[in-house]
Amino acid sequence: MEIGLTHFLGVGAFLFTTGVFGIFVNRKNVIIILMSIELVLLSVNVNLVAFSRYLGNIEGQVFAMFVLTVAAAEAAVGLAILVTYFRNRGDIAVEDLNLMKG
Amino acid sequence: MSLEAIAFWVLAVIACVSAVCVVSARNPVHSVLFLILTFFNAAGLFVLLGAEFLAMLLVVVYVGAVAVLFLFVVMMLDVDFVELKQGFLRYMPLGFLIALGLFAEMFLVGGAWLMPAQTHAIAPAGEAVTNAQALGRVLYTDYLVLFQLSGMVLFVAMIGAVVLTLRHRPNVRRQDVSKQVGRRRSEGVELKDVKSGQGLGGGLG
Repeated sequence: MEIGLTHFLGVGAFLFTTGVFGIFVNRKNVIIILMSIELVLLSVNVNLVAFSRYLGNIEGQVFAMFVLTVAAAEAAVGLAILVTYFRNRGDIAVEDLNLMKG
Repeated sequence: MSLEAIAFWVLAVIACVSAVCVVSARNPVHSVLFLILTFFNAAGLFVLLGAEFLAMLLVVVYVGAVAVLFLFVVMMLDVDFVELKQGFLRYMPLGFLIALGLFAEMFLVGGAWLMPAQTHAIAPAGEAVTNAQALGRVLYTDYLVLFQLSGMVLFVAMIGAVVLTLRHRPNVRRQDVSKQVGRRRSEGVELKDVKSGQGLGGGLG
């Protein structure tokens, strides 16, 4: 069977769905939620690169690079917030995260 | 079945299975390790798609930096992860329903859209251009401003992370640059008139 664009889009759709599922299921664990967001961004990258290949346009890969940059920055800032929050409260319960509102 | 098809199915299946393990693993350390496996397999898929540069970027940035950062935080925070896992079964039906709906929507969109039949080579024919070269030609010309701005995003994120996690402990001596620069000769050097044969008198002669 010839591997085409549809197969890669299927992988992207599955990864995206898994990421959203992870956000809903692990409501109490911020670290897993951050990892699920990384999965969602990875699925976006898979779609961008697949379209870039099959439409013959390299600009999709450029945008995938930008998504990669934003994902790295987001992970760094998110984990920094998490570490500060843990230092102040001693746990990382998501229910109390609205305490961060000034 | 061609070699490419076999490679695709192996990489895709491992990526999907390990993605499921990321969200369902009991131990967050295992979650991070499965995340690394997912990224490796996605990098393999990128190589299959002819995007070698992005594949290497994925391995270096994600496996080398982001996943290690996650691992650090998971091991550094002393959290009772068993307690955090509670409610997994309670939210399972809702999450499953939403995931199913989302997947069905994407499936319908994919089925309705007419896929392009043949693949084009990204590099223009007759000219030997590697993937990294082709990317650089676009990135440093058409997208130069966005490229610089993404560097700015990383810079701001770096400063933000440092500011958020910086902590001043009370008992640790820190370097105070303004104090060092503002130091005068009068407060640093003291002139003593020492009589010969007597020393300074006090403890340290």
